[in-house]
Amino acid sequence: MKIIVAIKRVVDYAVKIRVKPDKSGVETSNVKMSMNPFCEIALEEALRIKESGRASEVVAVSVGPAQCADTLRTGLAMGADRAIHVDYPGTLYPLSIAKILKALVDAEKPGLLLLGKQAIDDDCNQTGQMVAGLLKWPQATFASKVVFDEENKVATVDREVDGGIETLSLDLPAVITTDLRLNQPRYATLPNIMKAKSKVIKKVTPHDLNVEIKSDLEAVQVAEPPKRKSGTVLSSVDELIDRLKNEARVI
Amino acid sequence: MLRLISSSSKSKSSKTLASYSVPIHFPNPHHLSGSSANSTKIPPLNRYLNRFSSHGFARNPANFADFNQNWSGLRNFSCESSSSVRRETLNYDVVIVGAGPAGLSAAIRLKQLCRENDVDFSVCVVEKGAEVGAHILSGNVFEPRALNELLPNWKQEEAPIHVPVSSDKFWLLSETRAFPFPSPFNNHGNYVISLSQLVRWLGAKAEELGVEIYPGFAASEILYDTSDKVIGIATNDMGVAKDGSKKETFQPGVELKGRVTLFAEGCRGSLSEKIISKFNLREKGQGQHQTYALGIKEVWEISEEKHDAGSVLHTLGWPLDPKTYGGSFIYHMKDRQVAIGLVVALNYRNPFLNPYEEFQKFKHHPAVRPLLEGGTVLEYGARTLNEGGYQSIPYPVFPGGAIIGCSAGFLNVPKIKGSHTAIKSGMLAAESAFGTLHKESPLENFWDSLKSSWIWKELHSARNYRPAFEYGLFPGLALSALEHYVMKGRSPWTLKHGKPDHEATDEAKMWRTIDYPKPDGVISFDMPTSLYRSNTNHDHDQPAHLRLKDPKNPENVNLPIYGGPETRYCPARVYEYIADENGCQKLQINAQNCLHCKACDIKDPKQNIKWTVPEGGGGPGYTVM
Repeated sequence: MKIIVAIKRVVDYAVKIRVKPDKSGVETSNVKMSMNPFCEIALEEALRIKESGRASEVVAVSVGPAQCADTLRTGLAMGADRAIHVDYPGTLYPLSIAKILKALVDAEKPGLLLLGKQAIDDDCNQTGQMVAGLLKWPQATFASKVVFDEENKVATVDREVDGGIETLSLDLPAVITTDLRLNQPRYATLPNIMKAKSKVIKKVTPHDLNVEIKSDLEAVQVAEPPKRKSGTVLSSVDELIDRLKNEARVI
Repeated sequence: MLRLISSSSKSKSSKTLASYSVPIHFPNPHHLSGSSANSTKIPPLNRYLNRFSSHGFARNPANFADFNQNWSGLRNFSCESSSSVRRETLNYDVVIVGAGPAGLSAAIRLKQLCRENDVDFSVCVVEKGAEVGAHILSGNVFEPRALNELLPNWKQEEAPIHVPVSSDKFWLLSETRAFPFPSPFNNHGNYVISLSQLVRWLGAKAEELGVEIYPGFAASEILYDTSDKVIGIATNDMGVAKDGSKKETFQPGVELKGRVTLFAEGCRGSLSEKIISKFNLREKGQGQHQTYALGIKEVWEISEEKHDAGSVLHTLGWPLDPKTYGGSFIYHMKDRQVAIGLVVALNYRNPFLNPYEEFQKFKHHPAVRPLLEGGTVLEYGARTLNEGGYQSIPYPVFPGGAIIGCSAGFLNVPKIKGSHTAIKSGMLAAESAFGTLHKESPLENFWDSLKSSWIWKELHSARNYRPAFEYGLFPGLALSALEHYVMKGRSPWTLKHGKPDHEATDEAKMWRTIDYPKPDGVISFDMPTSLYRSNTNHDHDQPAHLRLKDPKNPENVNLPIYGGPETRYCPARVYEYIADENGCQKLQINAQNCLHCKACDIKDPKQNIKWTVPEGGGGPGYTVM
């Protein structure tokens, strides 16, 4: 069984981000980029499934500008067998990614599509759900535990939901998006990084996949959140009511 | 999700970064309770052990496909490591520790020489920062002399060197006034740059030439053969928990063996210091101990009208007292960015001096404050630098390799420039190393080539400026003026340094605490805010990389006698004394905050604190420093 893992190149989680002076977005030039942490977890899960013998191949996929190849190389260094880079330098939205992933899934025919639950730059949490809808595959999002039954082609997934943990049983092929507590990703070792440098990354364009990148969304402005104002300590309930009524005007 | 956590934590002003940063780390440690216990896992070690041989060969990416097949079936286990896990060994012709100006220049020069002589030697550079340039911090007014020799076409090749120095000012500050003096510097032909950006560019150039660079891997151990010759380094094990046990993600370190090993770790490099003491390189060299300073720097983005690209300013005097050597700098870069910083020599005597707070005070000076008003801070960082100059250069060659760049110490103190000499030292070492590999000439030629190069001439004529300030600010200025205008570097004498920095600290009872003003949050900032801007981070679940030789020393010596100076000179608030259950003050080490500046390794009065390298990939994330 083949597993496709979709990974995204995002601003590194430890970087202090800044809004661009023209408010068109976040400053990404001269900023450290790395693999989205949830995508790392998804890739780690795919590698563990392969190591336990239940999958034959792990393919890492990324959509974005040329530098995505570096992120894919990290994926190869962690242990992915192949990598596909869908080259597109412009702005991308989850629906476009979902369409591209659908096209790749149709071509590669994997038994499982793994994604991180959301990217830490836009926090959309949409791509996994959208691609499952497009493919008409079952989906289990926010996975904190995945158990595979290869014979019956069923995956049992624990999902972290607001009410607690929900366990779902999915028929394969399926889409699973990973949450934080699923696993701890491995380090890419030096020898593996060396080997990954020479592995070939297949490059395609959205055009090759017959996907048109267009979006009904347009980011108009990005601004920093307003500075938090400090609180004040009030002396009595009467003062509180007075403030709520006259200043905050909520009662 | 993560951004919210990190922005709300800024309001907790009294806590250090370590105490609230745990929740935002990946991977989250509390997952370990359930899910992974059942997953069957082949230890990663086995997966890659099958494929490597131990013989040196040309590691040209074009050849990779060919020799991959040659390797299968050949195994090499290295049993020299002291850990119980066997480590993988990779062989290179040259292993360089540190992807800074010196290390990368050496790598580039080696590959250039290979091309000129139609041979190929494999060169590997390991770098503890998460990416090349992440741990690079410098003023920086760059003298392109060495770069012109190394890569003459740097301009066409779009090196990030764009802003020529347009003006050179020098002020003596009092608390309220700034007195202009004739500038002792001649920066005509130099450029205001971000060294971190330049090093990234050098890294790209090195990779183009076939150098293998591995960021995120920290060299923690020196490998010796039976005759005590250095044969390479080993990276540290990754995935070790705080208590020393192996985590699920444990990966043993890797041994990188080289026929020549070059140490380019920057000022007070942890492995370089070990080599220097093992082979007695200080006595064999120029003889004096090394002296240091701590530089604390911020990069601001200011309003257009106030920005003057290429403007260079240095100050002396306030806020430092006449007995403490140091000064500030303000360099205008491009894109409305300004580099501003304070350098404090680490042989200061007052244990209550807090260089970080002095820097915050400095920014409030009436001549400095208007520049920063309305601006925002982009990055913050700190790093120590060498001030020993000519008198402190160690003999840089040892069996099996050499020490280059600031790890040896070629900074020209009166010019406050060390990048050009670091690059040149890397080039000279590469030339000697090439000779050793190609023609078996002795590596000791490096010392001779250093002494006949312009590095030597430059450092020789600059040697008396810094030691003159041992007598105080004004005698120092007078002697420097004598040196500069009258003797012109041809003095027949060579002044000596004073006590080593760690011995210079007076006992706390001789001084009083200094009451520093509270930060205003606009011009001056508290430590957690500044640290946040350095993008520094370490995986918290690892052994603390700051080791105490005597764990009782802080409570028995540092705190009662010196007032706990480490809580003041550390620019990252790694060290704090916290009262325990019994009300006794105990030292708490917030290793996660560390900026890798090495000030504690230098300044601890009894040299009890040893800075060792943490897991690779941690530390600051400088981009425009």
